[in-house]
Amino acid sequence: MTEQRTPLWEVFIRSRNGLAHKHAGSVHAADAEMALQAARDVYTRRGEGLSLWVVPSDAITASDPADKGMLFEPTSSKIYRHPTFYKVPDDVGHM
Amino acid sequence: MTTTSIKVIETPLVLFTLRRADDAVILGHRLSEWCGHAPTMEEDMALANMGLDLLGQARSLYSYAAETEDGGHDEDDLAYLRDAPQFQNLLLLEQPNGDFAVTIVRQFLYAAYVDPWWRAMMASTDPTLAAIAAKAEKETAYHLRHAAEWLIRLGDGTAESHRRAQEALDQLWPYVGEMFEPGDEAGLVAAGIAADPAALRPAFDATVASVLDQATLRPPASAWAQRGGRQGRHSEHLGFLLAEMQHLQRSHPGAMW
Repeated sequence: MTEQRTPLWEVFIRSRNGLAHKHAGSVHAADAEMALQAARDVYTRRGEGLSLWVVPSDAITASDPADKGMLFEPTSSKIYRHPTFYKVPDDVGHM
Repeated sequence: MTTTSIKVIETPLVLFTLRRADDAVILGHRLSEWCGHAPTMEEDMALANMGLDLLGQARSLYSYAAETEDGGHDEDDLAYLRDAPQFQNLLLLEQPNGDFAVTIVRQFLYAAYVDPWWRAMMASTDPTLAAIAAKAEKETAYHLRHAAEWLIRLGDGTAESHRRAQEALDQLWPYVGEMFEPGDEAGLVAAGIAADPAALRPAFDATVASVLDQATLRPPASAWAQRGGRQGRHSEHLGFLLAEMQHLQRSHPGAMW
């Protein structure tokens, strides 16, 4: 008998109305319906969730850690992209 | 075993409540036996979650039985200090876990019965039972979905999982009839306190037919029903279960941690 591997699913939970779904972890399950059940049983035991998404893990395309320098380092010198870089005139008050 | 058993004053309402508490605590204990042993981590948690749901239901029901009895007992006394013949749970629920298929079929048959039963109990004229029902029904609705989805995949899965699911179904089917017997509770049904179990059979049959069809499983032909649980006549398995479940409180009365 050939042993089939149970697919892996990424779990996203929305904890409150108005918030975005956040990645919570992953589960193994044979199909989408069972993955939702497993996600409910593993990740929402303490009232964490109002809504669940499960996504096949192999549907996610990830950036290569080796590209870290090329992708992310150039931004570290662009401090003018942060709002705190700019002086706010005193008479503007609190923004 | 150093602690003697208690004697409960069994009025019809106390007995009715105790029976449902026994159902919940016995099945809850069976599910707890899977903890650390389930086929996957996800199912380990799912079974433990359901066990805890049932334990919560048992606590509410035992507390209400103790309050109704007014005999100086509490929920722990009722769970830990009664002997096997005093337990009046359904025989189905004390059956050993077996393989995963047996556990799933047991869970499915009970949930297919008890979820509509709790829904009917939400209309009970007893406000405490109606409130317990409102909470329990949400839990058992999920138990039913969880077990049904698994049963469909076991039955319609590999040749091996199909064989095991069919064997589990054939093995546990004789315990179905007991769930729908009115027994000695007709007075409570007439008073609107208890739901009429016989009236719930068509819904159960429809659920079972639909799920077994999707699972490509054959409904057992025999209508023969094993009975006795509601009268305290049990299979040999309950004594072993209670010995483990009650051991600590019997050996160290009142122990807390």
